[in-house]
Amino acid sequence: MTGRDMAASELAGSGTWLISGVRLADGELADLILAGGRITETGTGLTAAGARVLDGAGLIALPGLVDLHAHLREPGREDAETVLTGTRAAALGGYTAVHAMANTTPVADTAGVVEQIWRLGRQAGLCDVRPVGAVTSGLEGRQLAELGAMADSAAQVRIFSDDGRCVSDAMLMRRALEYVKAFGGVIAQHAQEPRLTDAAQLNEGEMSGLLGLTGWPAVAEEAIIARDCLLAAHVGAALHVCHVSTAGSVEIIRWAKSKGWRVTAEVTPHHLMLTDDLAANYDPVYKVNPPLRTRADVAALRAGLADGTIDCVATDHAPHPVEDKETEWQVAAFGMTGLETALRVVHATMVETGLLDWAGVADRMSARPAAIGQLDGNSPALSAALHGRPLDPGSPANLVLYDPAARSIVDPAQHASRSRNTPFAGMGLPGQVIATFLRGEPTVLDGKLAR
Amino acid sequence: MIRHLISAADLSRDDALLILDTAGELAQMADRPIRKLPTLRGRTVVNLFYEDSTRTRISFEAAAKRLSADVINFSAKGSSVAKGESLKDTALTLEAMGADAVVIRHQASGAPHRLTGWVRGSVVNAGDGTHEHPTQALLDAFTMRRRLGRLDGLRVAIVGDVLHSRVARSNVLLLHTLGADVTLVAPPTLLPVAVSAWPCEVSYDLSTVLPKTDVVMMLRVQAERMNAAYFPTVREYSRRYGLDAARMALLPDHAIVMHPGPMNRGVEIAAEVADSGRSTIVEQVANGVSVRMAVLYLLLGGADPAGAELGGAELGGAELGGAELGGADPGTAEVLAGRAGGGRASPGQLRVGWLSGEASEAAR
Repeated sequence: MTGRDMAASELAGSGTWLISGVRLADGELADLILAGGRITETGTGLTAAGARVLDGAGLIALPGLVDLHAHLREPGREDAETVLTGTRAAALGGYTAVHAMANTTPVADTAGVVEQIWRLGRQAGLCDVRPVGAVTSGLEGRQLAELGAMADSAAQVRIFSDDGRCVSDAMLMRRALEYVKAFGGVIAQHAQEPRLTDAAQLNEGEMSGLLGLTGWPAVAEEAIIARDCLLAAHVGAALHVCHVSTAGSVEIIRWAKSKGWRVTAEVTPHHLMLTDDLAANYDPVYKVNPPLRTRADVAALRAGLADGTIDCVATDHAPHPVEDKETEWQVAAFGMTGLETALRVVHATMVETGLLDWAGVADRMSARPAAIGQLDGNSPALSAALHGRPLDPGSPANLVLYDPAARSIVDPAQHASRSRNTPFAGMGLPGQVIATFLRGEPTVLDGKLAR
Repeated sequence: MIRHLISAADLSRDDALLILDTAGELAQMADRPIRKLPTLRGRTVVNLFYEDSTRTRISFEAAAKRLSADVINFSAKGSSVAKGESLKDTALTLEAMGADAVVIRHQASGAPHRLTGWVRGSVVNAGDGTHEHPTQALLDAFTMRRRLGRLDGLRVAIVGDVLHSRVARSNVLLLHTLGADVTLVAPPTLLPVAVSAWPCEVSYDLSTVLPKTDVVMMLRVQAERMNAAYFPTVREYSRRYGLDAARMALLPDHAIVMHPGPMNRGVEIAAEVADSGRSTIVEQVANGVSVRMAVLYLLLGGADPAGAELGGAELGGAELGGAELGGADPGTAEVLAGRAGGGRASPGQLRVGWLSGEASEAAR
């Protein structure tokens, strides 16, 4: 059975929901009726016989969130996360689609592995898991992986990335960008010049100097982004820049976009909020790659996301078991969890600051990432997994209901992720995901997993 | 007084001066027939060394033993997550053994910080990665004060691989606290990119700095820097940043030459400089024991087993204050008073006079 067939049968089996009096991203109040896996009606004063009713008063309805960048760790590091626990975390965070990065063990560099991950996602049934394929075999940066085989597999891979490592060889990067044009692929680059970041631990600046931690200079990111923009332009290919973290990177991407080049970019929630001075006590919960930067960088990233230079928010959800973080800083693993807090962090950093309205949030966390991942309906092959669509009649019923008035302290013990390495632990954040629907079926209700 | 000594920045000016004054008292002990104080009897000090550093370990060991502490040496060289026990598990083991203080040397910057979260005792940083080495800075300051009589306004040049030097970091912070004027001298490749935020001056040219210098501190050039393009060749480094006899002649007559050791003779320092009358290198080693005794004493709160958070005020208080000074050596006390406060005081007002009292008790 192909993905398309399964999705069609799921659509047919769904129950009917009436969501009343919810506020849409554009600010309008509306009732929504979900049936047959789709939004069948929107308007006011709607009724639906036999429907389950969800009182949406005070809630905001957004299209289901789409994450272009998560590490679900399966296969290989099931002690950190599995596709099941990772997609539980995603659903609780309001996501209906997540892209699973390729740095698993074995690496997702063949049709077999990407199909396995895709199938685990189908079995979990909590959101659409879209495997990202490795650009090079074994992430080793020497030889292209069989990109076409992954694209043609049941998983229908469209985004390729060696994330965690940079495709630093300019020739190889050029060929990868060119090659995936044949099937509408995009290369998502982890921009990190390796020679400039040998043993790097923390943003190179005042803090790294003070703490005696090897610096990770902004230029190591910016130099690769500049090079890749030029390469993408030269071969007319699509480049996506992962986890942009510096003010200079935003400038370069703004310039590349002004040229009309096919460059897109993402920023993580943690880079929108946190700065490198948090490393002062050497707590590795703040160790991440690319590293936390400075206040000026955070301001530039927020401005870049607000003006659309940065297309979307992606979590870079990177779960690690306790023992990989409860160590000396320099031996600790890089990464932070993020799926369960992303929307709340964006609320705090972008909405409460007046930089984005809720329509903007819907665009940066759903519509644009869906378009980059080709889940927006413009790629016929992927029409079964439609995401990022406006909440209009006919759209698949992928949506999240969010209470913007709630506020609570982040407690990692309450997280569904198998790992606890959230840098937001103990922090008060606004908002709460109340419900998430995947093709008309609730995955989250009353803020708890519905299945 | 603070509970842990992790960074030279942890020390206020008063804390730092108290340590130096106490070390001065203790240094005089070294000349007495019995060099041991009963002060830390029954307390356990663990030397947790993840890096080979015989000189630092022996210095701490001698310091703890002269204060009558029980010393456990725990060598965990090469330990990491990949091989062997985690730092946390080692810390819990030491905790179970009842360590009152852990002296840690580690190749990872920040390891002592992490340790403070896992043990109840005091943590003393004996050098962590490329971060800090606060007792080295204290013994350097002690040596400068002994040789030159003051720290305030002293012009100190620190020369060499500042980027990777824990000695440089701790010295800049401590000397700034104590009122000295520090100039870092290095090729630009061996300075942190944000060094302009540090409380010091920066120069790329050693020869122009030396005539305006009271203390020149030469840093060791590590072998692993030599092949990473920080400088073209060892010879060029030595020509531009090494201290040879000709350059030493640029120093004012009273100026001293320091080196934390171990030296690369012929690289950062020429043999005739290292062995000259200006050199304090051997003296630094001797002073290291006194300074570390003072640190252990003050952190562990002396004879008070529950005194982990002993404050400076308490030191001058009922238990340790003037009442015990009857047996103190007034001469010593006056010297100390002169150093600490810049003026003379009667022995009854001295905060650190108690040491003389204990010393004579120990001698009996």
